[in-house]
Amino acid sequence: MKSLAFTVAAGCLSAGLALAETPVLTVYAPDYFVSEWGPGPRIEELFEARCDCDLQFKPGDLLPRILLEGDRTEADVVIGLNTDVTKKARESGLFAEHGVDLSPLTLPIDWTDEVFLPFNYGHTAFVYDSTRVDAPPASFDALLEAPDDLRLVIQDPRTSISGLALVLWVQSVYGDEAQAAWEKLAPKIVTVTKGWSESYGLFTDGEADMVLSYTTSPAYHIIAEEDETKKAAIFPEGHYFMVELAARLATSDQPELSGAFMEFILSEDFQGMIATGNWSIPAALDRDKWPDGFQKLDLPENVLFYSEDEAAALRGEAIEAWRRALSQ
Amino acid sequence: MAPRALAIAAALALAVLTLGPVGVVLARAGGFGAFGPGDWQALRFTLWQAFLSATFSVVLAVPVAKALARRRFAGRGVLVTLLGAPFILPVIVAVMGLIAVFGQAGLVNRLLGALGGPNLDIYGLHGVVLAHVFFNLPLAVRMLFSAWAAVPAEHFRLSASLGLSPRAQWRVIDAPLILRVLPGAFTVIFVICLTSFAVALTLGGGPRATTVELAIYQAMRFDFDLGRAAALAVMQLVLALAAGLVALRVAGQAGFGAGRDRILPRWDGQGGLARGWDGMWIVAAALFLLVPLAAVVLRGLPGLLLITPDTLRAAGHSLMVALGSTALCMAWALPLATRRGEFLALPAIAISPLVLGTGLFLILRNFVNPFDMALPVTGLVNALMALPFALRILRPEAEAVTRDYGRLRASLRMTSLAWLRLVWLPRLRRPMGFAAGLTAALAMGDLGVIALFADPDRATLPLQVYRLMGSYQMEAAAGAALLLLCTSLGLFWLFDRGGRLGAEA
Repeated sequence: MKSLAFTVAAGCLSAGLALAETPVLTVYAPDYFVSEWGPGPRIEELFEARCDCDLQFKPGDLLPRILLEGDRTEADVVIGLNTDVTKKARESGLFAEHGVDLSPLTLPIDWTDEVFLPFNYGHTAFVYDSTRVDAPPASFDALLEAPDDLRLVIQDPRTSISGLALVLWVQSVYGDEAQAAWEKLAPKIVTVTKGWSESYGLFTDGEADMVLSYTTSPAYHIIAEEDETKKAAIFPEGHYFMVELAARLATSDQPELSGAFMEFILSEDFQGMIATGNWSIPAALDRDKWPDGFQKLDLPENVLFYSEDEAAALRGEAIEAWRRALSQ
Repeated sequence: MAPRALAIAAALALAVLTLGPVGVVLARAGGFGAFGPGDWQALRFTLWQAFLSATFSVVLAVPVAKALARRRFAGRGVLVTLLGAPFILPVIVAVMGLIAVFGQAGLVNRLLGALGGPNLDIYGLHGVVLAHVFFNLPLAVRMLFSAWAAVPAEHFRLSASLGLSPRAQWRVIDAPLILRVLPGAFTVIFVICLTSFAVALTLGGGPRATTVELAIYQAMRFDFDLGRAAALAVMQLVLALAAGLVALRVAGQAGFGAGRDRILPRWDGQGGLARGWDGMWIVAAALFLLVPLAAVVLRGLPGLLLITPDTLRAAGHSLMVALGSTALCMAWALPLATRRGEFLALPAIAISPLVLGTGLFLILRNFVNPFDMALPVTGLVNALMALPFALRILRPEAEAVTRDYGRLRASLRMTSLAWLRLVWLPRLRRPMGFAAGLTAALAMGDLGVIALFADPDRATLPLQVYRLMGSYQMEAAAGAALLLLCTSLGLFWLFDRGGRLGAEA
């Protein structure tokens, strides 16, 4: 009896030691990442299969939390950042270079950033239901001139990434005329929501004809629901580029693991999964390897993008043009 | 002097938890930041919509509560419970329900369209006020209704035997009662509406409807400007305290004294006109409050099939948080059920959850890993946020008990324990049941501070709803929202019913 107890105790002890020796990679990710419908579980499975480590997601706020924690953050890697925060993040000095060869990237723009590594992308677009909208606007100008009974929902640029991308989109298409463009758009805007989810919910409930979303949104409906009626209106003026990024923390106590994770992000395993995992276009995968539903997408030829410095300089003005026009 | 020590401890904990986090955020930011463009406009809009929302809520509550208090009909108990539901609904769920009824493609517009009427547009200031009345009318109705139910039946009998005209009875019973309850109800609702954010944005139709809380969100999450966030949060607190001071001055008339607690039939308002009037108000309130709820249920039914173990686990976590919050809030509220205590607690509603969460995060991370504290912190914050509501419900009744039975206690030389056991707790059972139900339901539906304290394995149900929506799972999200509605309402019903057991009102 005694020996059994001893064996059990020894067994527990060694299991505990083995557990303690498995290195842990702590990854901060946006909240939707970790649900069973998000890409988190698949990323964890694929990476743990190759790293002999324990990947732990910590969902929630990304940069606000890291800035609050400063150099005491326990994050090794952060995934899911957007270009609107890269400047602030870079200036904090908390992030290290990713050290990954960027030549496999298949983005529609040049990307040479040594700190922030893209893993998937899309473009802002107005998504509509082709059973409800017969003649979708064929250009941004046509959208501005559309009759006022075309109902749009958009997101607030002060609280949402996609909302901010929209005001930068308008800014890059219309420049000094941005406020006038917003004034034409204003009567068509049913409402402005805090985030993307609320807008998309209003759209699927039939409350609006078109919703500010992404060029990749129809892929979800094609693949998951076999529904080809949801489409993105493609404008020749161009669409604003939206990319999601990962970065390593300089303070990480697992520099090798976080480096391996960065390499993993551009690997075919990760890239092949991310399209249907996060409903966005893989950052380093040729179009013929995308899932069928993605190959069917209408994508813009002209892609608009401001560097982080340009965006930082324009942002206040672009939001003010939006606010003034819509407050009248 | 033990009760006094307890009250001081409770008050200290309250002050530390409301002011501490703001102070920490301020210290971290190194001082107040300047207000941005549009912040003053946001302040004006915030005050105006809160004033309108609170006014409409309390004014409409008077005829509804009066009608419910003096009519007896089948299903009255269930109706009273259901009418409370909007207040405890998670914001996003309630907004979807309102839009299903009043939106562009909603029920009202389809009816109007079929009749050839004009198209109604819900988006704008009126939409914000409509939504706030939807949320808060139930609260005002319940406060008034409880006060009417607490009037000793002897008063109505006396008024009937004296042959008082409806006008005279209004002057002697109803008007003083309304004056006693309404200022407090107005203040609480005004302060709730001060911190409105998602409702104001979604239904406000755009940046015209910017509130202070939205400016805080922007400063905190988007601009990382802690100084400006702290300045805005302090402004919100000052407004809430000012409103509280005004209410304290206006309110505070004496109650109606003690009675023998018998249920007596009411003799007033038996005429056809009065019956029709009461009936109209009950039907109108029921339609306004219940049709959007029905829309939430209908939207959610197909999604119930998509509920996964993840969602059920989240529901379990929310249930734990709710019960913990309720126990904590009740223990906290009883020693504070005084005028001063209620005033002290008012900032708890007006403090920005974002600033509170950030402050707690900055404090806690010196001692523990914040990720491990997700559920306890959520429970604590929910108890704190529900405290002002619990006190608003408990305080008038608690004071009335002390006033009405204090002489009895003195003449019988009751020990503190006997007083608590035989008089205080039994007399407070009904408001305590109501307050506990409210706390539990609010804690169930609150998203609160979770964003900074998220724990991957311990999501709460409202968070799960957002996660599902963020991954295009709109139908599953509607199902989870329905589950949330049912559990919130179930908890509320259990506690509220428990408090009313054996008493017919």
